[in-house]
Amino acid sequence: MNNPVRKIAVSVMVMILLLFANLTYVQVVKADDYRNDPRNQRTAYAEYSRQRGQITADGKVLAQSVATDDRMRFLRQYPGGPAFASVTGYLSLSFGRTGIEGAADSVLNGTDDRLFVRRLSDLITGRDPRGGNVSLTIMPTVQQVAYNQLTQKGYAGSVVALDPKTGAILAMVSTPSFDPNPLASHNDKTVQDAWNSDNAAKPQVLLNRAISVPQPPGSTFKIVDTAAALQNGSTPDTVLPADPEITLNDGVTTLENYAHTPCGTGATTTLRDAFARSCNTAFADLVTSVGIDKLRTQADAFGIGQSDLKIPMTVAPSTIGNITTVTALQQSAIGQLDVKLTPLQNAMITAAVANGGQLMAPYLIKEIQGPELDTVDTTEPDRIGSAVPAGVAATLTDLMIGSENRTQGGGKISGVQIASKTGTAELGSKDIPPHAWYVAFAPADKPVVAIAVLVENGGDRGLEATGGSVAAPIGRAVIAEALKAGR
Amino acid sequence: MAAPPQVQGRAPAPALPTGRGIELLLLAFAAVIVTGALVIVEANQEQELTTTLLWLGLAYLGLFAAAHFAVRRWAPYADPLILPSVALLNGLGLVMIHRLDLADAARAAQLGNDAPGSLVLRQVAWTAIGLVLFVVVLWRVSDHRMLSRFGYTAGFAGLILLALPGILPSSISEVNGAKLWIRFGGVGIQPGEFAKILLIIFFSAFLVQKRELFSTAGRRFLGLEFPRARDLAPLVVAWGLSVGVLVFERDLGTSLLFFGILLVLLYAATERVSWMIVGLLFFVGGAVLAYNLFGHVRVRVQIWLDPFSDFQGGGYQLGQALFGLGTGGVGGTGLGAGRPDLVPFAESDFIWSSLGEELGLIGLAAILLVYLVLITRGLRSALAVRDSFGKLLATGLSYVMALQLFVVIGGVTKLIPLTGLTLPFLSYGGSSLVANYALVALLLRVSNAARAPLPQRPSVPQTPIAQAATELVQRPDLSSGESRGAQS
Repeated sequence: MNNPVRKIAVSVMVMILLLFANLTYVQVVKADDYRNDPRNQRTAYAEYSRQRGQITADGKVLAQSVATDDRMRFLRQYPGGPAFASVTGYLSLSFGRTGIEGAADSVLNGTDDRLFVRRLSDLITGRDPRGGNVSLTIMPTVQQVAYNQLTQKGYAGSVVALDPKTGAILAMVSTPSFDPNPLASHNDKTVQDAWNSDNAAKPQVLLNRAISVPQPPGSTFKIVDTAAALQNGSTPDTVLPADPEITLNDGVTTLENYAHTPCGTGATTTLRDAFARSCNTAFADLVTSVGIDKLRTQADAFGIGQSDLKIPMTVAPSTIGNITTVTALQQSAIGQLDVKLTPLQNAMITAAVANGGQLMAPYLIKEIQGPELDTVDTTEPDRIGSAVPAGVAATLTDLMIGSENRTQGGGKISGVQIASKTGTAELGSKDIPPHAWYVAFAPADKPVVAIAVLVENGGDRGLEATGGSVAAPIGRAVIAEALKAGR
Repeated sequence: MAAPPQVQGRAPAPALPTGRGIELLLLAFAAVIVTGALVIVEANQEQELTTTLLWLGLAYLGLFAAAHFAVRRWAPYADPLILPSVALLNGLGLVMIHRLDLADAARAAQLGNDAPGSLVLRQVAWTAIGLVLFVVVLWRVSDHRMLSRFGYTAGFAGLILLALPGILPSSISEVNGAKLWIRFGGVGIQPGEFAKILLIIFFSAFLVQKRELFSTAGRRFLGLEFPRARDLAPLVVAWGLSVGVLVFERDLGTSLLFFGILLVLLYAATERVSWMIVGLLFFVGGAVLAYNLFGHVRVRVQIWLDPFSDFQGGGYQLGQALFGLGTGGVGGTGLGAGRPDLVPFAESDFIWSSLGEELGLIGLAAILLVYLVLITRGLRSALAVRDSFGKLLATGLSYVMALQLFVVIGGVTKLIPLTGLTLPFLSYGGSSLVANYALVALLLRVSNAARAPLPQRPSVPQTPIAQAATELVQRPDLSSGESRGAQS
């Protein structure tokens, strides 16, 4: 029976050859697919053992990787904590990465093409590969003041501050915020606990209100109405109705001014006065003469509806809604109905007015640096387009100064003229505390900072809240800090 | 693989080399490789040189030195490559299990839990028990032919062992869906691993007795001699046994293993390909039946076809194993530098993917070659041994390892559906290890018989022819009638 045993031996060799061929297929042919599959955490684990780059702002370290003696080798730390979390985001092995950690990931982990030469030299010199650093446009003191202003009264809200000339984002705060440190921990229980409590928190903390949630802008939207009207033949002296309440175009719906007051003392008012007093009835009349198409064109020119904006995080597109009737147009004119803007978008509108009508693309990354802090790439300010002609921008500035001077609330800065507009946005019912807005730039004659402040659901004033009483003091404090910091 | 020159009927040859020196040398070589592997693991895991490490190395050396001296004592002519191959595989398995222990400990520390029990210390204990059984088998089974006397006893015992977990309540016998275990307290054994050897002994003895019957009668069809329907009984019995295992113990791998082994033994005994063809038809029929009848078989096939479509569910284990193998690539991440612990059961069923991730294709090819040496050395003993029972026994014992290798590695690398067996000597698992040591002891016993010089005839006194007495031709001291196949 040796003959069959020999054949059995051959069959064994065939089996082993089959196994070897299949192993070659798995480990050579398909290896890259398996290695790079997003569900394969091995790459992420390997990445953790490399030194990730820093995130800095004006010399302050916002995120850094420090060597540890555990097996993950480097621990991600966020010295800025919750105040900067809306900018840095978090880096977590189990729960991904957000903010700059996510959007600038390829730079921070060193795989970005712009770092190719450094990678090559690391390879040749045998040095452990390291990530590049990201230097931000954020001014840490401004960010901190904005965060403190919102949190000291427990507000849910957002502050965005821009350099109107460049579009550089000087502050971007969202509250309530979260601490990214425990999410980056190497202790799974710490990470899981932090994740659970962050997700259970009300109001939501992992949400970046500055760029992710468009909200009704209320009367701050009158800047857009006015910009369109000024290009449609209106002037600050155009006469508008001053009624405390009007019936809209459909003959049914009524619209009233704040607190049901007439717009000034006369039977009629002017655009200048209506803007300063934020009279809803007057603006309903104003946009009727402008028309749907021209208002939409103006909104587009301010960047509303832009869906591919990245700072480098993706910004949720703002919208004025699908306006089809004159009644809807009249309701949209006061920033209600389906008009929804992110705080960043509202800051962009304000910054465009401040910048002589030129709309700049907002950005967070000032420069990208190699591992040795040498500059690899610098962001050049990018002009999106002309939102309004310079003359219109100057008139708007003039009107906004008028508005600021009528706006109550504390924190006025002596010797500095602010140009602003407030907004108090209803949320569908008079029983829900409104959103309070304040958009502004300063100094009015030579603007260096433009801001948008949103305090959700009335802040600490409930149904009585207005943009002027709740949001304006925060905005002025932020502006004061920005001016002090040399802006 | 030519058979060694037959020495029958010649004058006593000069003392044959025993190969024991080579064996010791190769064992030392295996010890060097295993210790080197351990040091690399420790270095990559940034561990201190702990006393545990020293203990492990010494245990390894001591155990195999003892085994070597047992072979020297009781099977001096045994094949010198078999024991070192086994030692190397077992040693690499221990290193990988230790490496996964470290990963589990690190994970527990990260989660803030207590460190889990060390699997490697248990596996070293199982190795020691296995080697004790190895020595006992070598010592007590002085001639493999005596086993054929216990053919039916072995078959009966094997059947009981095989059936036991299927009959016992699930609380004792079920682990992860397969009813293969008998568990007392913290220790569990899989009687199927031992049944494997007992049934091979039975089939070998049975087929040697009845082979005339199976190989002569038959009818021709398509140029092949097919067995008569009534002679198919043993095949049907084996098939029924396999299906029984599948139904009552829900284990695809064991079922496949038993059927494959009987088929190969039947073929070796009868030299008729037709048995293979009939057997394969039975197999296909059984597979189709199983696929249609059992949900767990269908699930296995679905996972095999596309493990990634249900990655978070049933496909997770295989998917992670493939990710590990792919990440390892040709050269591997290096021992201790990968993440094989991401695969569930990385130390038992999936130790192959753990090794593949860290040693790469090169390392796996080397381990495959070690297995190939082990198996072909076993088959070579089958060719060289003179009795039919020994031939069938050695063929069966070698082939069962080959088949297990194919089923396990094929399953882990998505060549065939996953079944859930352990890799001989590499995987964590006491029963498998202990049983395989008994298996290897028997294989060494057969190879000793194959390579030992024939019993010396008593020297014939040089007496004048006139006074010469009638010369007695000594017949080997055989008790049963298996000398029949000696010339095949």
